[in-house]
Amino acid sequence: MTVRAEPVRLPRRRRGVLAFLRQHALTAYAILAFVYLLLPIAVVIAFSFNDPRGRFNYVWQGFTLENWRNWDAVPGLRDAIVLSLQVAAVSSILATALGTLIALALARYGFRGRGATNFLIFLPMSTPEIVLGASLLALFLNLQFATGFTTIVIAHIMFNISYVVVTVKARLAGFDRHLEEAAMDLGANEWTTFRKVTLPLIAPGILAGFLLAFALSVDDFVITYFNSGSEVTFPLFVWGAARVGAPPQVNVIGTAIFVLALAAMAANILIQSRRAKQSKGIA
Amino acid sequence: MTWLHRHRWLTPYLLLAPGLLWLGAFFIAPLGVLAYQSLQSGTFDFGYTFSWEFYNYWDAITRYKGHLARSFLYAGLATVLALVISYPLAYWIAFRGGRWKNLLLLAIIAPFFVTYLIRTLAWQNILADEGTVVGVLRDLHILEPDGRLLATSTAVVAGITYNFLPFMALPLYVALEQIDPRLIEAAQDLYASRVKAFLRVTLPLSLPGVFAGTLLTFIPAAGDFINAQLLGTPKQHMIGNVIQSKYLELIDYPAAAALSFILMAAILIGVIAYSRALGTERLTG
Repeated sequence: MTVRAEPVRLPRRRRGVLAFLRQHALTAYAILAFVYLLLPIAVVIAFSFNDPRGRFNYVWQGFTLENWRNWDAVPGLRDAIVLSLQVAAVSSILATALGTLIALALARYGFRGRGATNFLIFLPMSTPEIVLGASLLALFLNLQFATGFTTIVIAHIMFNISYVVVTVKARLAGFDRHLEEAAMDLGANEWTTFRKVTLPLIAPGILAGFLLAFALSVDDFVITYFNSGSEVTFPLFVWGAARVGAPPQVNVIGTAIFVLALAAMAANILIQSRRAKQSKGIA
Repeated sequence: MTWLHRHRWLTPYLLLAPGLLWLGAFFIAPLGVLAYQSLQSGTFDFGYTFSWEFYNYWDAITRYKGHLARSFLYAGLATVLALVISYPLAYWIAFRGGRWKNLLLLAIIAPFFVTYLIRTLAWQNILADEGTVVGVLRDLHILEPDGRLLATSTAVVAGITYNFLPFMALPLYVALEQIDPRLIEAAQDLYASRVKAFLRVTLPLSLPGVFAGTLLTFIPAAGDFINAQLLGTPKQHMIGNVIQSKYLELIDYPAAAALSFILMAAILIGVIAYSRALGTERLTG
């Protein structure tokens, strides 16, 4: 393209009352939408400080720190949280490993069955959770495999693989293969190249995939509900508690998870931007 | 290592094997078992046996057509609402967000950081009879003095809309953000009005985002049962509620399995029809 014609831009007239309104209408709309998005979060946080009378935490009765101080005063809550964290740790590590390998294969090799593999990865993400949960339970019932910790972990790995693949693949898409070729030219074998060049470069993608898998695992209710047997994860605990009126401690844990996730997200963004600056400095 | 060197073509398959085997064993095989179960007959007491009982499907459709229709109605309404709410929002962030874009995006996905069940319970709280919202609406005579929000279809649709809105907003933002603002300026330089520039340039270019967002919102919404359970009554129950109770409470596996496949098939047909419609629109638009 050698066309160099600079567009002669006439100052657009925006000063009309209507245009002014329109511009600010959009902003006002966006602000309202944000209020809508954030209102329930504010409610969750506020009601973690509520001092409810009776068993329903619906009406604001007064400020208290008791719920935070006695966060595990509700029987079963601590066990549920511990179980959720265990399940999330085991399943997201395994899902990250399996998903990263698939992402590597998809991003760097042309092979027969690539399209089918992509489709198979996409499929679990576009299947309703209730079908995933019910079908997995059908399998366990037919194999007469008792549901419990193992089956929860199996289920979480299953639905997390696709998300890890998508996340890591996105990172691999912008990957400069010349860096690996340079390492090989300098005498590194394939394994060393992978360990010293490839892995550090795609590590942020893998970390992002791991964090996403961890978050999805901690949050999952539907699939877990079908395959948990008598085990109770945190979402299942909330479900049970909701039937008789959830105690404010549920809000405390919800708030804590929210803050932790937000902090992890912020840290990730910060690290990424710092890395971007560093690599710019090298170049 | 040397063996691998000689069979380099195997490398991708070796990388794929563990993950795909997992998906095969715990995603594909279960669907097969579910299909098998959907064709069984019998009762819980005497056990279920496989008998090519296609009648299960017919029976499930005739008996639960109300639930099916409601699921797709609620999911459709929620998808449209999510689109209407998040399109201007995504547009505003993409074109007016400036250096706050990332922070604003974080605010969009913030609801996902609150456990799904807890944010649905928060809506229970907001819409409760003793709550402020109902009080104000009653004072404004929008609601009858004894009118309710909780335990109505409105509450269920509102809950579904809220819970899946980020799935709509994110792809919309990605599509809008990629649009070169110079294209819009060019249209305006060529004397298109702002509305026309939007309709002829911005909107068509953002259609992939609309498409992805609609699917990502509609599919989980159609299978949801939590919102109907926590914000509605049995009158608002969706197909997910039926599958859940058939499978876990009534132990009627064949019916639950048949309903699962009906749900999947209905979604698939909807998705194909929708992609056809939007595809031709993109060609002619």
